[in-house]
Amino acid sequence: MKQSFSGLSLVWRGLARHRSWQPQWRKAEPKPSYDAIIVGGGGHGLGTAYYLAKEHGFTNVAVLEKGWVGGGNTGRNTTIIRSNYLFNESAALYDHSLKMWESLSQVLNYNVMFSPRGVMLLAHTVHDIQVAKRHVHANRCNGVDNEWLEPEQAKEFCPPLNIEKNIRYPVLGAALQRRGGTARHDAVAWGYARAADELGVDIIENCEVTGIRRDAGGAVEALETTRGLIRSRKVGVVAAGHTSVVMAMAGVRLPLESFPLQALVSEPVKPVFPCVVMSNTIHAYVSQSDKGELVIGAGTDAYTSYTQRGALHINTHTLDAICELFPNFRRLRMLRNWGGIVDVTPDRSPIIAKTKVPGLYVNCGWGTGGFKATPGSAHVFAWTIARDEPHRINAPFTIERFQDGYLIDEAAAAAVAH
Amino acid sequence: MLIIVCPYCGKRPEIEFTYGGQAHLVRPKQPSQLDDEAWAEFLYMRANTKGVYAERWRHAHGCGRFFNAIRDTTTDHFLAFYKSGEPPPALGERTS
Repeated sequence: MKQSFSGLSLVWRGLARHRSWQPQWRKAEPKPSYDAIIVGGGGHGLGTAYYLAKEHGFTNVAVLEKGWVGGGNTGRNTTIIRSNYLFNESAALYDHSLKMWESLSQVLNYNVMFSPRGVMLLAHTVHDIQVAKRHVHANRCNGVDNEWLEPEQAKEFCPPLNIEKNIRYPVLGAALQRRGGTARHDAVAWGYARAADELGVDIIENCEVTGIRRDAGGAVEALETTRGLIRSRKVGVVAAGHTSVVMAMAGVRLPLESFPLQALVSEPVKPVFPCVVMSNTIHAYVSQSDKGELVIGAGTDAYTSYTQRGALHINTHTLDAICELFPNFRRLRMLRNWGGIVDVTPDRSPIIAKTKVPGLYVNCGWGTGGFKATPGSAHVFAWTIARDEPHRINAPFTIERFQDGYLIDEAAAAAVAH
Repeated sequence: MLIIVCPYCGKRPEIEFTYGGQAHLVRPKQPSQLDDEAWAEFLYMRANTKGVYAERWRHAHGCGRFFNAIRDTTTDHFLAFYKSGEPPPALGERTS
């Protein structure tokens, strides 16, 4: 039975001592066949299934998840949302996503706690200033808001910021995207799971894909899984750090390397931090969650790994920078740290595309910044699977760009974190 | 932090090293005769193995030399270290 969320339903069910709440989605058993299967039950995968059902009439769809929904990078990131990327292709993709974030809670009837509190990128060197200003102008040409702030304006926007000149990397200015912000990571996965389930999508957890079967013509015909053989002529792989592993089952090689990316949170404190601050140069990414924890993003470890953990010196490096930028955080204790496995492409832009195997589609390469793109990525990937051709927004994000040289080189543009 | 055994300097902490990616990639002998697909394969496609993986490291804050290692990417446990140019050792010989 559909449970609609509203203030009224909260009061009503509260008066009934909250005993009437039901699970948000079914524990589905795999059927013998589906019209489309999504491999990977994170935000991108669940969202893809939702848009397949909602916008393309695919209701016989399954999402296969090796663990539990939202337990991979969806539950491990630092929830930063922004769209101030340099290149036209990236700006179109990420801003498509940002616009969807703005109404996502209403669309899903599920509070994803999107909070456009502003994302401020700090500049510490002359080169940083030039790169950040270039981004500001390029973004404005693409209709993406971004503005330059002098150090005093940056401090006005984020009072805890230290703009003294006597630190190792003084703040020389900042680029601010006011429409950027954060959202609740788990809620995104749960909201999509619930909405997709309502439209008939089967969400199958604890179901690992172990093989991809192809017919005589080479097209996908079925998936071998730990819960048996499941047939489908359309398979979309959204497996983040494990994409190389899954795609190898169909003989598809990808320009991906999987690295551990770490994050950590402090003990919870009162509201002290009004926005998101990023510094690419000295590697500090920080915001405050509604629970009160400072949510801190560290960098990737140097080496490829599938362990979901990394070394402590990576976190220490980030905390050094944060202590200098925000001296009042120096006495905070860190509560937890963890790692996720991110799939990184050579140009740090994603791949959302058909593959050379008919019926097999891939959405990968989000590297260290996939959370912000969740709705937009899912939306255009569903289009690609349903119509067997890319949406105009993801058309440039092919695998073939690594052959024809049409890279979308946000790695080189990097006024932003990757 | 990983403890890495440089074949020249011995056991050192990971922060002395830089990572060099997949080992045993050979630059094509006749670059002008490669098509785009072969170039993409050499430049960009990587095994990204989940399991036993041969990789390069450089002892940047030490002797400065490149060498190879074999590591299990599911545990980060090293199985072998050997000099560049040498063939990968037979597995089973744990050196650390």
